[in-house]
Amino acid sequence: MSKDKVVSIDKAMEMIHDGLTIMVPGFVNCGVPQTLIAAILKKGVKNLNIISNNTSVKGKGIGKLVHANSIKHITCSHIGNNVETVEKVVNGEINVTFCPQGTLCERMRAGGAGIGGVLTPTGLGTPMQDGKQVVEWDSEKGEYKFVTDADPVKGKRFILELPLHADVALIHAWKADRIGNVIYHRTARNFNPIMATAADFVIVEAEHIVEVGELDPDVIVTPSCIVDMIVQANPEDRN
Amino acid sequence: MNNREFIAQRTAKFFQDGDVVNLGIGMPTMCLDYLPEGIDIWIESENGVLGLSGAPENEADGDIDIVDASGRVSTIREGAACFSSFDSFGLIRGGHVAATVLGAYEVDQEGNLANWMVPGKTCAGMGGAMDLVSGAKSVIIMTEHCDKYGKSKILKKCTLPLTAANEVDYIVTELCVLHRTEKGLVLEELAPNVTVEEVVSKTDADLIIPEKIGSMV
Repeated sequence: MSKDKVVSIDKAMEMIHDGLTIMVPGFVNCGVPQTLIAAILKKGVKNLNIISNNTSVKGKGIGKLVHANSIKHITCSHIGNNVETVEKVVNGEINVTFCPQGTLCERMRAGGAGIGGVLTPTGLGTPMQDGKQVVEWDSEKGEYKFVTDADPVKGKRFILELPLHADVALIHAWKADRIGNVIYHRTARNFNPIMATAADFVIVEAEHIVEVGELDPDVIVTPSCIVDMIVQANPEDRN
Repeated sequence: MNNREFIAQRTAKFFQDGDVVNLGIGMPTMCLDYLPEGIDIWIESENGVLGLSGAPENEADGDIDIVDASGRVSTIREGAACFSSFDSFGLIRGGHVAATVLGAYEVDQEGNLANWMVPGKTCAGMGGAMDLVSGAKSVIIMTEHCDKYGKSKILKKCTLPLTAANEVDYIVTELCVLHRTEKGLVLEELAPNVTVEEVVSKTDADLIIPEKIGSMV
């Protein structure tokens, strides 16, 4: 019999410490693990490295961690929805590394799936290419070769982007069974399933915790083996 | 009809019935109000849905788990599909989206686009724009022809950090429609009462002027 992974929020917070690299899903403020964020705020950890798509809006979701100065560095595609993040980045209180949204997904997939890197056309000829290796497909020889901007263009080019991995991923589920099979609701899915694959330790907050066997195996998005802990989400934390 | 509405009305005519289209935040979303009769398109929203619909009639009744690309509560239509961000950008980069429509700070005659960063002024981030412009089959830029200081936004060469290089296909402004070809920017259509001379005088980029120019309406 597989282990029941449902724990108290306090037990889950034993895994959270200063300086960790944490993946936090969400698109603006949708699909954000609000209960886990509330608990991290209560614990008062600092110097977090956050990997997320954005930082919600001012004072909500990931924006609460921004407001509490819990974040040292953030890797994301967008901060424009949260004026406080922009302010803190401009003032040098938070370091930011931008990554195009699709590339962010692919780098997490690589990190979670044992892939050494990905080749993407996104960002060619933009600041996203700076300092990165570029490869070109040589259709005559049928091989890739590394090129620089000084080389004449002979084929389709791609940027080599490296995997992303985290110590912990915080996941917001619609339903999870007690061993950690997870399904998501509507656009609250966003970065949740991909982040769940790319961290050493995965904590799920679920709106509904159900018994094993209640979820149809065909609709499960995140399989139980990558989930380590499950806590009950509190709808009041969404506010 | 103001400039933005006029630009949206013309841009909406690019779409074929059944097209999968990704519309940027702001002016591009206005295209939905001007779809020609008999044209039904599927909105792909980068946050993970095919078949996004409009805002709920009453926001309090909306499902907070359904948002649009700006994070606002929205609705989905019958037949919609929800998926992860990873799947969404697979659709976008994989050429499964017929057209993406975005705004611009600057766009140039080589098809370069700058719409994500003004050094020293903005640092919002690119979000999904770089993937969209690199991946969609057709890239349509909606922009007012000149900035608020009267300076052309359609340049010989962009000066701001790029969103993508050589990817723009069409530029729609309140004055004209420009088509980026291998030879350069072709002036394909003019707005009513706008002359070639006016467009040329308000455009920094070099334009190719064909013998026959169409009308935007």
